[in-house]
Amino acid sequence: MLVLLFIYAFGGALIFPESYANYTDTSLRLSPPSARHPFGTDTIGRDVLARTIYGGQISLIIGLLAVSIESLVGILVGALAGYYGGFLDSLLMRITEAMLNIPEIFLLIVMAKFFGGRIPEIHLLGRVFSGSVIVIVVIIGLTSWMYLARIVRAEFLSLKENEFVLAARATGTSNFEIIFRHILPNSIAPIIVSATLGVANAILAEAYISFLGLGVQPPTATWGNMLDGANNYLESAPWLWFFPGLLILLTVLSINFLGDGLRDALDPHSRAV
Amino acid sequence: MKPADPLVVVKNLKKYFPVTSGLVFQRKTGEVRAVDDISFTVERGETLGLVGESGCGKTTAGRTLLGLYPPTAGHVTIDGMDVYAARRRRDLLAIRRKAQIIFQDPYASLNPRWTVDAIVSEPMRVHSILPDPKARSERVKELLSLVGLSGQLVNRFPHEFSGGQRQRIGIARALASDPLFIVCDEPISALDVSIQAQVVNLLEDLQDRFGLTYLFIAHNLSMVRHICNRVAVMYLGVMVELGERDELYDHPLHPYTQALLSAVPIPNPKQDRARQRMILSGDVPSPLNPPSGCRFHPRCPLAVERCRQEIPAWREVATGHWVACHKVAE
Repeated sequence: MLVLLFIYAFGGALIFPESYANYTDTSLRLSPPSARHPFGTDTIGRDVLARTIYGGQISLIIGLLAVSIESLVGILVGALAGYYGGFLDSLLMRITEAMLNIPEIFLLIVMAKFFGGRIPEIHLLGRVFSGSVIVIVVIIGLTSWMYLARIVRAEFLSLKENEFVLAARATGTSNFEIIFRHILPNSIAPIIVSATLGVANAILAEAYISFLGLGVQPPTATWGNMLDGANNYLESAPWLWFFPGLLILLTVLSINFLGDGLRDALDPHSRAV
Repeated sequence: MKPADPLVVVKNLKKYFPVTSGLVFQRKTGEVRAVDDISFTVERGETLGLVGESGCGKTTAGRTLLGLYPPTAGHVTIDGMDVYAARRRRDLLAIRRKAQIIFQDPYASLNPRWTVDAIVSEPMRVHSILPDPKARSERVKELLSLVGLSGQLVNRFPHEFSGGQRQRIGIARALASDPLFIVCDEPISALDVSIQAQVVNLLEDLQDRFGLTYLFIAHNLSMVRHICNRVAVMYLGVMVELGERDELYDHPLHPYTQALLSAVPIPNPKQDRARQRMILSGDVPSPLNPPSGCRFHPRCPLAVERCRQEIPAWREVATGHWVACHKVAE
């Protein structure tokens, strides 16, 4: 697991030496991998290696931030519904189900249109980002929390019947502390599994929206929009989709391993004394 | 406050659990009368035993009187404070600090993700006793040694302990807030016989040292006889008899108490074979639909027509000896 983490970090380290080569246009359109362009070039002659590196930054940011939002909303909704039960539970779960019933793609389009139109400004974070990155993060985060909320709720429903929760109540511990210090740590395993899968989903969801032309705006590369850009060249220029695809695969894989490791590390039963 | 004042006063306590049916529109279709109108007091420094068979409402009574379950009706005061009237958090905390509980299942009552240190120091943290974390962890070690565990163990997790050790951790937690009153909810039922005696002796030692008052919920009558000053017997949510230990064991008045006591085995096989057992027929009726009149009448060998119709009054037949039965002479 650590090895894969290292590969992950190694990919991150590669990002930095390769600076602004991102936007170089040349007459060599669609050249296959060569010594000068190890991953080849794309339709307008940009270096695929450099683009995967910069795209990687964006995709990872999107993945991680979107999952943070997703987890925040999901855990909050699930915890409140599961712990308090009754009317609040019904209300929150009906909202969750309503959200689930609307096809995600539809939500994504509507929200992308809604937000995309009005916040197109550019943010500075070391380098220039299209404001759409933030928008995408929010959109993905807000459309994917429902499964997590249901998982958290189910965990809370079973855990709150435990005697240690009653013991905490007998001690006088506040509800807030019972939720976040007693019950939540005990439901961490499924949350982590779900969150790590969420990173993969977020990266892919970004690819959908990009495909619909509503995602991260074209000059900024992401793995998702690179894949979509490669759509017309599946046979003629396989390097266009192979490298971003491989990177998505590796990322998702390593995040899943990371999640596994995290879950084991947080489990007191497996801790050596 | 005068020493004669009882520490805990329970008046007409009732706890019904609603039974609902229907998916969308839930309606109440019945209720489980887990605790139905019980009244008793616990004196300072004594141990009151609460016995009865499984499902008769002992645990519910213990938890409800601490306010862990909202009561259906009734009043409870602990050290002069009304448990159910405490709405403000400060009042509630004051009661929580004075009254603690030890649970039956030492495996479920400790948070598996917390270290022993965190578990035992939680009451101190919540009640802001010893705000300094260092002093607090010193106190945790002290408490652990008090219950017979090594202070070295503070950073371990509950799963690394045996049942008896876990129960000791639970006791240490209950002691952490310097309570006056502890509800011991079958603290020994889940333990091995060899460990039971140790834990009971520990509880007795602690009582002597800190002047604790216990409500000791159990179904092991010999153990109750050993540890308790007074004993209350419950049947199907109601209290049928309450008396001084020796009085109750030597002269049980209620037929249910008599049956219960006759079921206690005697460690000498010869005597055991010779003893007269009073065997009850039938099962405990459902608390969903309890029998009319005296709850015990369908199984009572002495039942007469009156028992079927009239709920027997809870009366004091001798000093400190209460019973609810029509057949007991005035």
